[in-house]
This record gives sequence, C-alpha cells and structure tokens, in this order.
Amino acid sequence: MTAENAPQAMYRTKEGLGVWEHRGKVAAVGVGHSPTARRWDERPETSVGAWSILALRRAIEDAGVSPDQVDGLVIVPVTTTGAFWPDDKPLPIEAINAFNQTSDPLDGIAKLSDEWLLKNMPELTNIKYSAYGPVCMSNALNVASQAVGDGLTHTCLVLKAWHNLEGRYYQGGKNAANSTDGTSAIKNIWGAPASYGTALQFAEYCRKYGKTHDMMAPFMSNSRRNGLMFPEGYWAQHRPEELTSEDYQLARWIAKPANLFDNDIPITVAAAYLFTTAERAKDMKQKPVYIMNHASSETKPRSMTPTLDEVEADTARTGRMIYEGAGITADDLSFENMYDGFTLFHQFHLEGLGYRGIKFGEALDFYQGDITIEGPNPVSPSGGNIGSGRSRFWMHTDCIQQLQGRAGPRQVTGVKPEIAVSGGPMPLGGNYTVWSATPD
Amino acid sequence: MVKQGVEPDELTRPFWQAANESRLVIQNCNTCDRLQHPPEPICGQCGLRETLEWVQMSGKGKIYNYGVVHDCPVSLLQDEQPFNVAVIMLDEDPGIQMYSHLPGVAVDEVPVGGNVEIVFEVSANGQKIPEWKVVE
Repeated sequence: MTAENAPQAMYRTKEGLGVWEHRGKVAAVGVGHSPTARRWDERPETSVGAWSILALRRAIEDAGVSPDQVDGLVIVPVTTTGAFWPDDKPLPIEAINAFNQTSDPLDGIAKLSDEWLLKNMPELTNIKYSAYGPVCMSNALNVASQAVGDGLTHTCLVLKAWHNLEGRYYQGGKNAANSTDGTSAIKNIWGAPASYGTALQFAEYCRKYGKTHDMMAPFMSNSRRNGLMFPEGYWAQHRPEELTSEDYQLARWIAKPANLFDNDIPITVAAAYLFTTAERAKDMKQKPVYIMNHASSETKPRSMTPTLDEVEADTARTGRMIYEGAGITADDLSFENMYDGFTLFHQFHLEGLGYRGIKFGEALDFYQGDITIEGPNPVSPSGGNIGSGRSRFWMHTDCIQQLQGRAGPRQVTGVKPEIAVSGGPMPLGGNYTVWSATPD
Repeated sequence: MVKQGVEPDELTRPFWQAANESRLVIQNCNTCDRLQHPPEPICGQCGLRETLEWVQMSGKGKIYNYGVVHDCPVSLLQDEQPFNVAVIMLDEDPGIQMYSHLPGVAVDEVPVGGNVEIVFEVSANGQKIPEWKVVE
C-alpha cells in the first residue's frame, strides 16, 4: 500500500459551509508519544521510524483496542523542515538494516512512508485506508477526522514524527553552496532565517499598535512553565529549566525582533492518536474527546512574505470558519492551544479567534494578565513548542488530555475544560481542530 | 556583501537575464492585469499560464518593513552578520515586494517608509542581483 496526499475535497477551506456534517461523531480515544531527544544518535532503536512505531503502539494500547481493530492510517510523510541527510555522508546502514526496508534507504531515517510502517508493524493486519496529511499533525488530524466521519475508516491511527540530525537546522544543502537555483534565489540569497517573516509581522504590529517585544515575556514564561509539566516533552525530560523574563529579554537575536527563544528548539520525537466513531468510542478505555469541526486556510501571501494586514484578515477568517463549522462562538472556548512555533505569531491566532474578546492589537496586553492554567483565561496550557520543543503536536495532545482530565499537573483548574481549539502552523494558512468533552 | 551565485532556471530565467542587463522585470498576467512576485508557473488569480508576460518596472519603491539578521542560515553571508534585510514595495504596485540588504544603510537604522531606487550588484558567480538604495 502506498498512500497519497489526501484529496483537497477533504478539507474545509471556505466560509458558508455550515456546521460540519460529522460534528460530534468522530472521537479521539488514544494518545501515544515517543521519548524525545535533541538529535538522533544514529542507533536503530531511536530512529524516527522506531519512535514512530513506538508512538503508534502506545496510542493503540492507550485506547484499549487490539491492533487488528485498526483499519486506517494517516501520517505525515515528511519528518523535518530543516535537517537533511547530507549527500556526502555514508548512509546509516546499521539503522537501515535493523528494519524491513522500502526502496528508499532513508525511509524510517529521514522520512517516513506508510509502506515502511506497515512493513515493520506486522500487527496492523487490517489497514484498508491509508493517506498522507502533508506538512503537520494538524493537517493529518483534519484528514483523519474527515475520513472517519465519511466512513472510509472506523478506527484510524494518526501520526506525526520528527527527526533531527547533527549540525544546525536549515544550514547545509543549498544554504551552504556558493550558488543556488534561480527560483530559490528569489528569496533565499538575502539570508533571512525561518523566523524572519514572523519577525516582520511582529515589528509591524508593534509599530501599528504601540507595543514592545518585552511584552512577550509573560507568555514565554507561562509556556515554559506549562511545558515543564508536560512529561512527554523535551524540556521536562532533558533540561527542566524555567524561562524567566530576564532570560527571555537577554537572549540573542536571530532575526530581530525574533530572538533565540522566539524560535522553537528542533528535536526528535513522534506522537500518534487513535480516532474512531463516537459509537465505537463508547467501548474503549479512555473518555472520548469529540471532534466538533476541522477548518483549513489555504491563503497565500500576495508576494514574498505576508503583511500584517494579510495575517489579520486570514486569522479572522479562520476564526469564523472554526466557529461556524463547530456551531459555537468564541465565548464557548474553555481554552486555546494555537500554534507557537515562532512565538511572535501566537497572538495573531488569539486575536483572530477573538479569544476572551481580544481585538486586534490587544493580545500583548492580554499576556500581562493571568494566563495561567489556574486562572480564568488559560493561554497555551500545553506550553506548545516553547514548552516542549519543536513538534507541532503538543497542542493537540494537551486538548485531548485536558478534556479527558488526564493532563496531570498541567490540568486547567480555572475553567471547566469543555471545548478547545488547536492548530496551525502559520497565521496565514494552516489546519485547525475543535475538540469537545461531549458530542453536542 | 557578496551573495550566493544564481543558476537561472526555466521559470526565472527572464528575471535574471534582465538583471544582468540592469533591468527589473516582474511577471504580469495580461488578462488580470496583475503583477506577481515571486514568479510562478501560472497566474495566481486566473490560473492561466499563457497570459503571463514579463514587464519592466521603474526601479523605484519604498521600504515597507525590515528585520536585522543575526543568525543567518546561508554560509556565504555569515561573516557579514548582523545585517539588514528589508522588504521593498514597488511604486507600480505596493503589493509586490522584494528583499534588500539596503547597501549603505547602518544596521537597524532603516528608514521605514523611505524611498529607494534599484541598483544591481554582482553575486558570487557573476550573476547580477537587484538591490535597493535609499534616496532622499
């Protein structure tokens, strides 16, 4: 079986679609995480493939089902955005040979196919539906939600894994060469790092609304605090360090006004969820968390990089789509877990949602209030990528765990966890899920 | 500051050829009358390929925004850190942006909203690159 990217028709990308036809009929019932590491140590048992298998098996066990009950698999085939196996480096033969292979020697090492997984998970004997949700877990969740709702699969695993290799992220490859191709050169030869676009939007935001970078500090400290209560995460496992306001404000710049901590730390990690029908969920081990809607933005910037106007227009539109499909309003959100991979855009997501009535230009002021898990306005209770490292899925795990009452010390106590939203990555474009503790 | 060399490909060859002649050209859809940059195989609005043409620009613009790069992923530029990377809006269409190191402007002293004119610099393999200089 070789999967393909899910068809465009599976995504809800427009306003005016009304309530999602499968609202409350699909549920998350299992969560599985691998350990984390800063970089791969080239041992077979810690490869991205090995950890993907581990996460999938843990999700199955968590749901209390047998592997042969699983009939669907949605994965993200790309396992990095910036760490590539160097052309001149010998392949890790021991790690490759430790598993059943596909025709691509880097499958399971620096990328992942459904074929590789199924060759190495013989217990999955009943997979009838397999698809790719490209780019992110957020995308894969949308695909899995729609697939279960449409009856393409009744018990579906969803997986996203990341690898990280020696060396620095985004360096090497084209960026290390003395010349590059004409298309890449249009943007890349000016040497702007990945957070540059977000830094520009934030700079414009500060000028427009009279705000400053140091107003981000409470959000940063809060997110790291939450992350340190996420035992599955990188910082909790390897570097249990608080992030004080002073640490944040003294950090070196990457692309001013984005500093070191405004950029998430790349890690190796995998996570998997098990989705099923609301009906089947009743017989499974964990309390179901129902999916009320999924929404996607396909907006592209007009030119080289999104302007603040484009960001504000699209986050507001995304917010409207999120609420319309779920049949809710901003007032119904117990908390939000929007993406924070570049920290400086989390506020754009909040403002687009109108979370707690925030309007454009008000989110940084909102950060100065009580945004803790103990308060009435929890912001990013997962701690996001700031709190646990670059994965783009802590937000989803946290939504499920919070609504199940399984978030441990991270459990929100200032609000009753009933409805939440998570997703990303960027403010322009992205995929979003609305979760609920009840199906209606 | 010498940038990476450029190997023009089919999509962008007209852009880079014009640059070698010290001219700035931008893709235009002659049905939508809409400029687009970066170049794409089709018009971003109507989706047609055959309506795309290359149109010469005046080489005048304004500084829309900027950041200061302290940690650059491109090896050739790392010794130059920190440096400005500005976003220029073309006078013909402020929705069309280009990047610039703003030669001659001190780091982090970029006049947002200021007027700029195009200049062309030679890259590592001799290909000319459009750049922008602040004008009074």
